[in-house]
Amino acid sequence: MSLPIETVPLIEMKDIAKHFGPVIALNGVSFDVRSGECHCLLGDNGAGKSTFIKTMAGVHKPTRGEMKVSGEPVVFANPRDAMAAGIATVYQDLAMIPLMSVTRNFWMGREPVRRVGPFKFIDFKEANRVTMEKMRQMGISLREPEQAVGTLSGGERQTVAIARAVHFGAKVLILDEPTSALGVRQTANVLSTIDKVRKSGIGVVFITHNVRHALAVGDRFTVLNRGKTLGTAARGQIKAEELQDLMAGGQEMAELEGSLGGTV
Amino acid sequence: MSAATDERIQTRSRLRSAMIRPELGAVCGAILVFVFFFAIARDSGMFNLQGTMNWTVVSAQFAIIAVGACLLMIAGEFDLSVGSMIGFSGIVIAILSVQWGWPVWAAILAAFAVAIAIGALNGFLVIRTGLPSFIVTLAFLYILRGLTIWLSILTTRQTIIGGVAPLAEGDWLAWLFGGKLFGGLFVWMAENDWIATYTRGARTGQPIVDGIPMVIMWALALIVFAHILLTRTRFGNWIYASGGDAQAARYVGVPVNRVKILMFMFTAFCATVFATCQVMEFGSAAADRGLLKEFEAIICVVIGGALLTGGYGTIVGAALGALIFGVVQQGLFFAQAESSLFRVFLGTILILAVIFNTYIRRMITGER
Repeated sequence: MSLPIETVPLIEMKDIAKHFGPVIALNGVSFDVRSGECHCLLGDNGAGKSTFIKTMAGVHKPTRGEMKVSGEPVVFANPRDAMAAGIATVYQDLAMIPLMSVTRNFWMGREPVRRVGPFKFIDFKEANRVTMEKMRQMGISLREPEQAVGTLSGGERQTVAIARAVHFGAKVLILDEPTSALGVRQTANVLSTIDKVRKSGIGVVFITHNVRHALAVGDRFTVLNRGKTLGTAARGQIKAEELQDLMAGGQEMAELEGSLGGTV
Repeated sequence: MSAATDERIQTRSRLRSAMIRPELGAVCGAILVFVFFFAIARDSGMFNLQGTMNWTVVSAQFAIIAVGACLLMIAGEFDLSVGSMIGFSGIVIAILSVQWGWPVWAAILAAFAVAIAIGALNGFLVIRTGLPSFIVTLAFLYILRGLTIWLSILTTRQTIIGGVAPLAEGDWLAWLFGGKLFGGLFVWMAENDWIATYTRGARTGQPIVDGIPMVIMWALALIVFAHILLTRTRFGNWIYASGGDAQAARYVGVPVNRVKILMFMFTAFCATVFATCQVMEFGSAAADRGLLKEFEAIICVVIGGALLTGGYGTIVGAALGALIFGVVQQGLFFAQAESSLFRVFLGTILILAVIFNTYIRRMITGER
């Protein structure tokens, strides 16, 4: 008997391990994302978050473990395979090229073309129109689509990258610390973008080490510590302090908090 | 937040957005240079037909190598072997045609093939080793110059190989590099006394300027081709992306390595166009041709507003840079200034242009 479509995860990672020579970066991590949910992956620096999402995005091949996309086992040889399977990643710093215009960035690698005789030219009219429209949907008003990405704020750049991934048919969107370098207002904008994307039925993997950002939009929370998952909790089942403790490894954190006199 | 009006977005006048362009520095530079020479050398014949043709040809030569250097620089790489490549290609043509007796068209095609292959090797080494192109092409600056001199002395015991001119006579491909266009038009203009003619000697009555040299046509064709490629095509977008941030470009599937290697090949192609035009003009090849041309090409590109580290620049800017270069070099000659002042002048323009361009670029791209 097959399961109903809704309950089959878009992507499922089972007992993933990754070794770099003698270093064990991941040691049995399980994780899945369903359509229309935001699954937060929390962990302190060095917990293995980056290695894990790069495995999901096809950059690394797991040493052990199983990956399934919509219930079918897959092996990604490279990031392009993952992209073809609908898994898009927005990296923190490498999302955009600041010297280039918003339109050129948005369509980079997949520019729409218009034939003139034997030649193919970029259809800038169409490209600009779509870019402006998608930006408007995400709540960003551009002065003009030709303006350089460098003139946008950090949050807006993340939003352009997210809009690009959604436009090109991402089913799973992996966001690598999208809010870590942003101010309060910018963070709120990015979190509301994540909410919009989720409502359109895309599964979002939100990597962060900020518990408050995670709780603001997350449906489920998985904590990574020293290359292992410490379990997955649904919204409402867990409090901020508990997540914080899990991330830092419990005991030490409690002592630190005591000496600092409050929540970190 | 309403989409239509956002109070934080300043409305900008059309004039301002039309003015603030990457080429603005080069446009201002070109205007200044013309005003300057018009003031000091107007009576020298610099701006009559012969004088104009003189600095236009020199500018066109600079433009041919600047176009190649510009695309390569935007793609994030340098080629310091351009000058040596010019000498090398020229000697290859001369040895194959004069010494080995190949038809000139075959010698030219062979020189292009060899040069483009060396360009590909340059690119391949840069991509494979991950070394800066500055180092890899610096090595080829020496390797090619050394090979050029060695080959020349090995075959003819001298560093200049003459005798190409009589062989090139009537050769279809040689005409494409050394010929002149619209000869009839100039004769007709001379018959109507609109342009100057020779008054003495064997060519009495013939126009002094008897056509548009092909080197100018090559420069125009390359400028138009590269400009359209860069601004209007997918490949052009990939050139910008490869130089802007190679890793970000790779993440979205841009074939960065292919783009960069092709740009090294295109630079070699441009260097060989320059070399072939020069060989056809002089009727000879010399092992020391093209000395310092790599830096002159880079100067043109940088005056034109391109960013030395890649990802930013325009062909129109590079072409204007070449025009400034040509006008200054020939203008000082017309003004009968001390020729060594040329370099002082050029260095000054370079510094001023780059300071100005940096300021403009920060306005456009929001760099801090």
